[in-house]
Amino acid sequence: MKFGTMKPHRRNRLLLALFLVVGAGGATTFALLALNENINLFYSPEQIVSGEAPTGKTIRAGGMVLAGSVVRSETDLGVSFRISDLQSAEVTVAYEGILPDLFREGQGIVARGELNDKGVFVADEVLAKHDENYMPPEVADAIAEAHADATADATIVNETLAPVGQATDDKLSGVREG
Amino acid sequence: MIPEFGHFSLLLAFGLSIALTVLPALGVYRSDQLLMRTGPSLAAGIFMFLLFSFFCLMESFLADDFSVTYVANNSNSALPVQYKVSAIWGAHEGSFLLWTLISAGWTLAVAFFSGSLTADMKARVLAVLGFLNVGFLAFLLFASNPFERSLPFHPQDGADLNPLLQDFGLIVHPPMLYMGYVGFAVPFALAIATLTTGRLDAAWARWSRPWTNAAWAFLTIGITLGSWWAYYELGWGGWWFWDAVENASFMPWLVGTALIHSLAASEKRGVFKSWTVLLAIATFSLSLLGAFLVRSGVLTSVHAFAVDPTRGLFILVFLVMIVGSSLTLFAVKASGIKSDARFEWTSREAMLLTNNLLLVVSTAAVLLGTLYPLIYEVITDGDKISVGPPYFNAVFVPITLLLFTVMIVAPFSRWRKTPVKRLIQDHWPWLAIGPIAVIAGALVTGASREPLALFIQTIAVLIFLLLVKHWLVTVKSGWKVPSASYLGMILGHLGILVAILGVVITVYDSDGRDVRMAPGDQVELGGYQFTFRELAKVQGPNYVSDQALFDVQRDGNPVTVLKPEKRFYSVARNVMTEADLDPGLFRDLYIALGEPVGDDAWAVRVHVKPFVRWIWFGGLLIALGGFVTLADRRYRRERARATVAAGVTA
Repeated sequence: MKFGTMKPHRRNRLLLALFLVVGAGGATTFALLALNENINLFYSPEQIVSGEAPTGKTIRAGGMVLAGSVVRSETDLGVSFRISDLQSAEVTVAYEGILPDLFREGQGIVARGELNDKGVFVADEVLAKHDENYMPPEVADAIAEAHADATADATIVNETLAPVGQATDDKLSGVREG
Repeated sequence: MIPEFGHFSLLLAFGLSIALTVLPALGVYRSDQLLMRTGPSLAAGIFMFLLFSFFCLMESFLADDFSVTYVANNSNSALPVQYKVSAIWGAHEGSFLLWTLISAGWTLAVAFFSGSLTADMKARVLAVLGFLNVGFLAFLLFASNPFERSLPFHPQDGADLNPLLQDFGLIVHPPMLYMGYVGFAVPFALAIATLTTGRLDAAWARWSRPWTNAAWAFLTIGITLGSWWAYYELGWGGWWFWDAVENASFMPWLVGTALIHSLAASEKRGVFKSWTVLLAIATFSLSLLGAFLVRSGVLTSVHAFAVDPTRGLFILVFLVMIVGSSLTLFAVKASGIKSDARFEWTSREAMLLTNNLLLVVSTAAVLLGTLYPLIYEVITDGDKISVGPPYFNAVFVPITLLLFTVMIVAPFSRWRKTPVKRLIQDHWPWLAIGPIAVIAGALVTGASREPLALFIQTIAVLIFLLLVKHWLVTVKSGWKVPSASYLGMILGHLGILVAILGVVITVYDSDGRDVRMAPGDQVELGGYQFTFRELAKVQGPNYVSDQALFDVQRDGNPVTVLKPEKRFYSVARNVMTEADLDPGLFRDLYIALGEPVGDDAWAVRVHVKPFVRWIWFGGLLIALGGFVTLADRRYRRERARATVAAGVTA
């Protein structure tokens, strides 16, 4: 049966079905494309230090803010601080604007922004949770992973290079004081 | 003893819920009128025991009984009394008690305000609601008991309520939101009950409409209040963040909006019946999904309660059970449902279908963005991502614009077929006024001339003009008093356009800056001069604060004095920003203190936000529209008729 000679309601139904298929397909494609462009991957300090994180692309980074690392500008709202996985990796974060209320040294934070070619993370947004006992899950994982790596390394390293564990302990206690 | 009474009372409510699930259903099965009629008294019992339990928790808070773990974690003897009451729903356990109480309240309402339901239907609906109450109460009793004690050693004083929650917003936002979430259980129960009988008729749609409208109106208020609260309390001037938990409340709202429209078509024309049932199931399922997302901690969100995998698992199992069984029932029963009403492309049916498709597609897009971090983590084995607001804006805005465009003309369409030519002849001058008015307005006020902004404003103005015309035509054509349903529709659509205008103008014409300011400094923004006069120390009941005084002037004339604060809550050891704002119909002035940055200087955020209030005003209008429809005579007449019929058979 030719399309033109179909009964009107059948033709309508076919058109509706076609419209739905095309519409749904188009919407899905569009949504997935938009999604692909706007997902922000999380990188731990260790991954950033080792060069796994891309530069010039919006990503997220997180860790504990190191005690004594917050440096403010004297003329504007620029601020920089270092985040760490409490083992060896540290990343400097630069931010311009108002930090959240729960931002403080020793607090786990997550920042969204771009890594520049000097290895500084330039943040557009810094998030600290509303609950001070809460650790962002990404940060908790990063710290746990780094800790696991460090303990694994330590069994080999400890005999020759004792100071590695020492340095980590200092950092931890510094964090606690903060 | 009081917490034990509360706990015991929950157990009794649990027992009665099981009875409510079983007895009326058994009555239907055996055609036993007596068993079928047990529903209302059981529903009343559940509600009374839950209410009593709720008062017990309230008394524990008011009496500072810190041996109750939940009270100790969320209150303090210095907490002002109104927050001691609202602290009941300040964290997971108590808020779920409120949720369950509200669920019992809706069940009771169905039992006593459903005169038009046949005894058989009523028994079925109450059984479904009873089952939901069993689930909620089981969760409360076995995974989130608010009455648990930490004996014999308990803290001398409480850890205090999270300072963010010590606000009017917490008092009103969660109850309204839960009224909406749980309210959607009623159309869900009606849909399931109807599916079990296999008779989806116009009566079922007519029963569902007022309940759906009421729940939807409450949810609208809840979301609106949430947005307003975020704006002044934690948002730093933002009003929507596409946060996972915001999305969790927005998705049932979107599908609920589709449901409202689809119910209209099902009632009036008998079309889309199985689709409407599916929407009723989806709306409630999304409400439960929202509860799961908030309470399981699977997503990173500012709202999330403490992480507890057991609780997450419990809700997930319940959710899967509800969705699975209702979809199975749907698959078995809905295949037989047929509607033979025909309609053309230009008909109101087609318009409502378009509305539904667009709303469902936008819900799917929001759902995808919300759950994608979870999916991604599973498929990449642990890689963590976040989906930012750009995704949601990119996907949601175009779909919504399409929806709003349809909204301009849809109220004029007729059932079956719309005479398009005549419609265009009647309306083209009105359609022409819109763009002219918007462009003239932008030129005169100096507002943004971005094409997209002008386009969206044009849509809003056109919606307004045509609503006015529709109103005039309707009133002139002889209805002295338009029906409440019609009035509700007008108000609801009016609310949407007010909200659209608020959003567009706020987004395109706001002025905001973060600046470093010391006393004596001045900043100029949007035609206003903000001068930092001085900083003072203020002592509150459970906090101390740094309060800044800002003189705001316009062209040398004083406008207002704003007093933003930085509070330090001594018990919770939390720092809190209390922004201060000067609200206005056409603009808000907003100042928030950041942190001290040395030499008396503070980081300060200053905003001038035109029309921002229209967003929430629009939301309230939409909700008002929903409530107004409840007064429609048709629903009452139906009840009167049913009462008469019952009288005759008796």
